This record gives sequence, C-alpha cells and structure tokens, in this order.
Amino acid sequence: MTTTTERPGTGTGASPAPRGASDRSRAEQKLGWYLAGPAFAVMLLVTAYPIIQAVYYSLFDYRLTDPDNISFVGLKNYAVILTDSIWWTSFGVTVFITVVTVAVELVLGFLLALVMMNALRAIRPVLRAAILIPYAVITVVSAFAWQYAFSLDSGFVNSWFGWLPGISAETDWFGSTGSSLFVICLAEIWKTTPFISLLLLAGLAQVPDVLQEAARVDGATWWQRMWKVTLPNMKAAIMVALLFRTLDAFRVFDSVFVMTAGANSTETVSFLAYRQTIARVEIGLGSAVSVLLFLSVVIICIGFIKGFKVDLSQARGEK
Amino acid sequence: MSTRERVLWIVAGIAIVVYALFPVGWIVSLSLKSSDDIANTQFLPTSVSWDNYSQILVGDAAGLFLPALRNSFGICIIATFLACVLSMFAAYAIARLDFRGKKLILSTALAVAIFPVISIVTPLFNLWRQIGLYDTWPGLIIPYLSLTLPLSIWTMSAFFREIPWEMEQAAQVDGATTWQAFRKVIVPLATPGVFTTAILAFFIAWNDFAYGISLTSTGASRPVPAALGLFSGASQFESPNGPIAAAAVIVTIPVVVLVLLFQRRIVAGLTNGAVKG
Repeated sequence: MTTTTERPGTGTGASPAPRGASDRSRAEQKLGWYLAGPAFAVMLLVTAYPIIQAVYYSLFDYRLTDPDNISFVGLKNYAVILTDSIWWTSFGVTVFITVVTVAVELVLGFLLALVMMNALRAIRPVLRAAILIPYAVITVVSAFAWQYAFSLDSGFVNSWFGWLPGISAETDWFGSTGSSLFVICLAEIWKTTPFISLLLLAGLAQVPDVLQEAARVDGATWWQRMWKVTLPNMKAAIMVALLFRTLDAFRVFDSVFVMTAGANSTETVSFLAYRQTIARVEIGLGSAVSVLLFLSVVIICIGFIKGFKVDLSQARGEK
Repeated sequence: MSTRERVLWIVAGIAIVVYALFPVGWIVSLSLKSSDDIANTQFLPTSVSWDNYSQILVGDAAGLFLPALRNSFGICIIATFLACVLSMFAAYAIARLDFRGKKLILSTALAVAIFPVISIVTPLFNLWRQIGLYDTWPGLIIPYLSLTLPLSIWTMSAFFREIPWEMEQAAQVDGATTWQAFRKVIVPLATPGVFTTAILAFFIAWNDFAYGISLTSTGASRPVPAALGLFSGASQFESPNGPIAAAAVIVTIPVVVLVLLFQRRIVAGLTNGAVKG
C-alpha cells in the first residue's frame, strides 16, 4: 500500500495512528474502524441522540395535544418533579424493589450456583436447562403467572397458604402497597436469579482448585474455606453480577405494568416516565423524568465502580 | 462423597428444578382451564380444555394475537440478524486487529447496555411520530438494536478472542488462498459463537416490553408482549385470564425450545460475555 495523506479511520472518533507508524499498522487502524465503525455508529445513534433529545425537551413546556404552545421553561419541569411527592414515592418504590430483589437474588443465586457446582455430573445438564427456563420466559409472561397465582378470583395461593396467619380466601394481595410490592419482588426474583447464579457459577469455576486443596490440607473448615478462599477469589464475578442486576432492577417496568399498573403507590420511576410521556403526552415533564432516571442509573454505576473499585475491564478478564 | 451428601445435593437439585418450573407449570395449567373452571382456585384444572387456545388461534381473539405473533417473529428476527452482522464485523476487528478505539467501542457497548430503555423511549416516541416511524416495523427494529448490539458485541468478541487465528496463516503456508484459509478455517470456528450470540440477542428482543408498548398503537407492528399487556379479553363480560395464559404459553414455546436445544452454548455465551470478556 502506498502512503496516503488521509487520516486513518472513518472519522468517527478514530484517533490518527502515531507519527511514523508503518503502513501496515495504519491500514490495520483503518480497517478496524471500517469494520467496527458501523456498530459503534448505530449504538450512538439509537441511544446518544435520543437522550440529547430528551435533555432538550425536558427544558420545554410541551404537550403533544397542544403542539402550538411549546414554551421554554428552563429547569421548571425538574423543579415540578422534584417537589412532587409522586416522584419521591416512585423513587422510593424503585429503590425498595432494587434493594430487596438484588439482596435476595445474590444469596439465592449463590446457593443455586453452589448446588449446580456440586451436583452430580449426571444431573448437571438437567439443572442447567431448568435454570435457564426462567431466564427464557419473557418478563410479561412471568408477571402474569405470578399475578394470576395471587389473584383473588383465580389464584391458588390463598387456598394453599390458608394455614398461615393473615392469609385467607379473601386476602387481596393487590389491594395494598406492601403486599403488591411483595408479589412484584417475588416475580422479579424468580425471573432474574438465574442470570446472577450463572455468572456466580462461572466465578466459582474460576477459583483455583489448588487453593481449595491447600486450605483443606491446612485443616480449614468448609466455612473458613468459603470466606477465606472461595469468596475473595470470585470477588470480580460477584461485583459484575451485583452491578448488572442493580442497574437492571432499577429500571423495573414490565412487572409493575402488568401486575398493578402503578396502583396503590407501586409506581416505579420507569413507569412514571412512561405514564407522563406516552399516556399523558406531557413530553416536557416526561422527558425530565427520563433524564432523572438516566442520571440515577449513571450515579449507581459510578457509585459501584468507585465504591467497590470494580475495574470492569479487569472483571471481564481483559488484559 | 458420602451417601448423605449425595442425597442432599440431589434434593437441592430437585428443589432447583421445581423452583424453575413452578410458575411455568402454573401458567400452562391456567391455559388449560375452561372459562367456568378458571376460578376454581386450585393449581390444576378440573378438566383439560383447549378453549383458550382455540379462542386466540382461530376464535374472537385471533385478530389480536396472530398479527402480534407475526410482528414479534418478523421484528425480532430482523433485529437479531442486523445486530449479528454489525457485531460480527466489530468483534472480528476487536479480536483480530490492533487499532485505537477498541476500548472505546467496548465501553460504549457497556454504556448502552445500562441505558434505561424508558429514557430512550420518551424522545423516540416523539421523533418517530414526526418522521413517520411510529407504529411501523423499522420503528421497533432500530431501537431493538440498542438492546441487542451491546450484548452481541461483548459475547461475540469474547468468542472470537478464543479462536486461534494463527491457524489461518498455517493454512496459507500450506497453499490455501487468503479467502480459502478464512472460509475453511476461521468461519467454522466462528460459527458457534455467532450462533450463540444470535440466540441470546433473539431472547432479548423477544422479551422487550417497553419499546413494544410505547412505540406502537395498532396490530400493524405491536409485538406479542405488548399485545398481552394490553389484552382485555374478546368480550368485556369474560375474564381474559385464560386466553392470556394460552397466548403466554405460545410465546414461551419458541424460547424454551431454543433453551433446551442449546443450553450448553447459551450458558457459555452468557458467562463468556459477562465474566470472562
């Protein structure tokens, strides 16, 4: 290839090859961006552009039913939202669901991973297939299954658990905030624990056997080996699982939509954003809620990375 | 392993299977209950009835369900295909070539993956209405790429990194042309990774609810999850629980079949992309 005066790369953020780089490395630079550029550009287009749009709209008083009366209001939408108890209720509900589900899932997922790790070779494929089923069932279907199980007119839960204090044939699970949230959390936990447990299983598998053996020889008990050898060695896997599930749980939407549609103060932040924009066509207010949701997710992410010192590239085995 | 331990692990294993299948069993059972049996508050139907299935497949509710099923299949397959093609090139470049910006692409994918879907829906809703993509297939396919691309890039580049690329040169030394070497050596090695990625991407697209419910308004493009969420029954005097359960079973079948057929690969794909990178 002859030397060209062109900048290598497609221009979408490619940095020029260092001065004096060989033609070969320059060609590689260029080819790399030709191949990876389209995927990169599509990702930016479908996310960065809309979020910039959202930030822009959030500064306007803009209702879709009244498109002629768009007016710039600055940060007023944010002030309206942040001083409204509806926002804080939905924020609280979201945080509650996130904390409860992620905590339960981490423990449950770890137990499942331990069982899968130790199960007999013969039943391992069965377990693996079974554990993937909740992951494969779509969230809406899982939400319906759990909702119907607890519903007054068709569910079996009340008749099965009638012997527990406080549960009778008339127990209306979707009649109050606490019990509705309980069912929502159950559905979320059932559906997403498999994901955590598969990640933890991969982490478990990476703990070197040699270390386990050495500890065993030194007379460490099962608990000591768990706390001193297994868990520290799979810290990265735990952090990745925790981070991804937290971010995911914070965006909870499908289950709430299907099970309560936000009734009895079970509205989550995602649901609030949906309701403002799509149902009430308050583009300005809805965009502001969306931006706040986006910021919350970013803050959680930064908090995790700083607080737990997760080096994502390292956790993912990058060298 | 002692017999006692062995029994313990088997019991734990059975507990896992029950845990995983219980809600699925319940929705199947519900779908087999006739409309006067649905309120029996028991787990199993008193008698098995296929009424709910006939109602959504050929009966009153078929007009709502069948177009949604067609939309879901069409949109998810196209979105999966596009994501796979785009991420295949990207992953090849990431695994094979030395170029600046690799990290940038991988971290962008990560950032896109953590994006709250609802935050994208709000502006898209308005934009799609202005440019005429609202309630169309492309109007869903494009945003679905934001769900499928990040995962595809991560898992595929994890798979591609494990391919021994030197084998291609070895083939060339043995007299194969570049193209032959690539086709005969690399393509067969890369196929399983591409395939696994495709299954995972399809799952994710098939599972979407937020885009489906916000960016569509009619049977022209509304996918099954959204149609289910809004389904209120063929007649307002009848509880729609039975038909919804039947529809839920039907949309679950393709993914469960995929899971059972390719479980080993799916686990590899999930954990490779997320933990090993």
